[in-house]
Amino acid sequence: MTMDFCIALGGNPNAGKTTLFNALTGSRQHVGNYPGVTVDRKEGRYVQNGHDMHIVDLPGTYSLTAYSVEEVVARDFLVNERPRVTINIVDASSLERNLYLTIQFLELGIPTCVALNMIDVARGRGIEIDDKKLSRLLGVPVVPIVARSGFGTKALMNAVATVAETPHLQPLRVSYGPDLETAILEMEKIITGKSFLTGFYPSRWIAVKYLENDEQILEKGRGTDPQIADQLEAITRKVGAHIEETLETYPEAMIADQRYGIISSMLKQGVIKERHDRNRLFLSDHIDKILVNRFAGPIIMLLVLMGLYHFVFTYSEVPVAWCARTFEWLSDKVSTTLPDGMLKSLVISGVIDGVGGVLGFVPLIMFMFFGIAVLEDSGYLARVAFMLDRVFQIFGLHGSSVMAYIVSGGIAGGCAVPGVMATRTLRSPKERIATLLTAPFMNCGAKLPVFALLIAAFFPHSRAWMMFILTLISWMGALLAAKFLRMTVVKGASTPFVMELPPYRLPTFRGLMIHTWERTWQYAKKAGTIILCISVLLWAGMTFPRLPDAQVENYASQRRGILLTTASLVVEELEKASGSQHLSAAAAELKDDLLAVDARQAAVALRHSLAGRVGTGIESVTRWAGFDWRTNIALLGGFAAKEVIVSTLGTAYSLSSVDTEATDSLAVKLVAEPGWRVLTAWSLLVFIMFYAPCFVTVVCISRESSWKWGVFSMVFNTSLAFFLAVMVYQTGVALGY
Amino acid sequence: MATVNIRNMQVNQEGTIASVKVGGELGRRLRDMGLVPGTAIKIQGRAPLYDPVALRLKGFTLTLRNNEADLIDVEING
Repeated sequence: MTMDFCIALGGNPNAGKTTLFNALTGSRQHVGNYPGVTVDRKEGRYVQNGHDMHIVDLPGTYSLTAYSVEEVVARDFLVNERPRVTINIVDASSLERNLYLTIQFLELGIPTCVALNMIDVARGRGIEIDDKKLSRLLGVPVVPIVARSGFGTKALMNAVATVAETPHLQPLRVSYGPDLETAILEMEKIITGKSFLTGFYPSRWIAVKYLENDEQILEKGRGTDPQIADQLEAITRKVGAHIEETLETYPEAMIADQRYGIISSMLKQGVIKERHDRNRLFLSDHIDKILVNRFAGPIIMLLVLMGLYHFVFTYSEVPVAWCARTFEWLSDKVSTTLPDGMLKSLVISGVIDGVGGVLGFVPLIMFMFFGIAVLEDSGYLARVAFMLDRVFQIFGLHGSSVMAYIVSGGIAGGCAVPGVMATRTLRSPKERIATLLTAPFMNCGAKLPVFALLIAAFFPHSRAWMMFILTLISWMGALLAAKFLRMTVVKGASTPFVMELPPYRLPTFRGLMIHTWERTWQYAKKAGTIILCISVLLWAGMTFPRLPDAQVENYASQRRGILLTTASLVVEELEKASGSQHLSAAAAELKDDLLAVDARQAAVALRHSLAGRVGTGIESVTRWAGFDWRTNIALLGGFAAKEVIVSTLGTAYSLSSVDTEATDSLAVKLVAEPGWRVLTAWSLLVFIMFYAPCFVTVVCISRESSWKWGVFSMVFNTSLAFFLAVMVYQTGVALGY
Repeated sequence: MATVNIRNMQVNQEGTIASVKVGGELGRRLRDMGLVPGTAIKIQGRAPLYDPVALRLKGFTLTLRNNEADLIDVEING
């Protein structure tokens, strides 16, 4: 008989769940999100003996409480979508802890099949497991497998098919001791009598969840029938008080103890034979003696992080350059084919630059995810978090936050887009939001040309020093802002650092490739469409409304005037000249004159546009930080991408487009401007470092959390940046600079 | 037999968990990871700044911050 059915794949993190999923589904998988949360939902297909199985990879969890998003997602999936069979993957070398989740699957009464993974590793550690006996004790099939090599997967799937065909088994009953059992019985009577939530869960399970104080179930209960919920909660309170008084413990603690008790009694019946002391040190622990050593550890970590950084930003240069060249070529093609005008401007500045902006990040993101996947899959990332946690904890962050900071530009020159996406490795929600919001303060590669311009203009003798100081300021700012956020908008106790240090493992090439590809594709697909829209909007903001015809005519007549006063021979030479041809002095002068008119027109048009009007409109406020309307427009343009600040500033100062290519001429111009001095530069540097992230980053922040946080990052960062810039400027003025 | 909390244990010291004095979310999390009374543990090491601490139990390695380790009392072997 052939069947189509749904299979869930659940288990502890690091038990080899993803490896098994990849081994089973190969490339026939796709990644989505569980509704409302940023937990990946991976699905794939597996066909064997005519059975067409739809496999859903549940997030890795240690338990089925409602402690974390992952657990809630896993539990809701099992209860609401009722997969025909759940494969519970279990790490054979730490069987006891892994079975804790198995017991909870069985208590929930769902058809389960245990995949005993990494039996080769366990054997290497001198652990022999009697899978038949374990299967008999648990009452479900137990199949030894090695997910990395694919050993045992056929047998596993045969067992799954068998489970799918057999009638449902009764939920496992763990005995929780006389006090709790009395309460459970009493509650079960009420629950079955009134059919309270029994459509979803077994009655005993509901009673146990009440005793465990499971928030999700309590809430659901109150929503279903407040009266019964009150009754059940009263019983819970009574037995809770009794246990606390007589045994000085909590019902939930007793429940956990009993679950572990049943596991250890099973294991003692000859399921497991260990030749060595189980807590003896293995190869992985010996490696840790060096890699997490007090002195060598931090140095090696610094080298590894520098290496990752180098890998991401240096090796991605080549493909990034290809992308850039392709889009330049496309721009050129369009600009020669399309006639001058609005359409051309829209296609080049709006669409091509927009799509180019999205795709330009793709190689960077691919390299970053590949690098992080290597560190994550090998187990080193957990060590980095372990070593740095003490420092980040002070600021309300998590040891893993360092990854996002570094990639965002903690070492100057990163990029906040992959940085924001790197926060996915953080499992604690509050710390994750705080990291997400502060990572863009780092000095990304796009801020560097702006810094370079200002430093060249105002601090020409201390370039290296200035870069170092700016890096320090951005780290300090990010950490302090994170602390501030953790004390205000995302306040609350830090998430416990109860984390497994998985043994070092060699990542599989296939796993790395799938991991890298799916993340990159997700970015390109989801962020891409939104980014294109915003890019077109920004283009419109800097183009419309257009100059009135009278003014355009005015510049046209200026050009005509220049042409009329020049000898016709010179005009002819310029018209015939192509790109690199050397011009005579007279022709070159004519060209410069014409370009100067173009530049003046561009500057006036920019001021006339919506962005220009906004920039001029808020000048009275931004004066406090020392910014005039030109700077304001440039900063508005910087929302598209920070490096745009330089070119927009160039346009606002009527530099012809040829000149803006060379930063030097703009630097000279700025120094000569009466409104600019060293203090203005400082104020602007601080502002650029902290103000709203570019919109690509904002879109990514929203994707990684919610639109609320995306908007928050723009408002909060800009307010903070403005406050700091005003502080710098006003203090400077008061001190007489 | 002396009872100390994990914060005060030395690297490589071994013992058996006597009690976990915390309820709620943290307590649940600790128990989910196998930190229940009667479990044999060994201090595997500490981070460069002495916090967090890495323990070995039930055949795997677990990390805890010191303020979380404070809540767990251990009976020292021998």
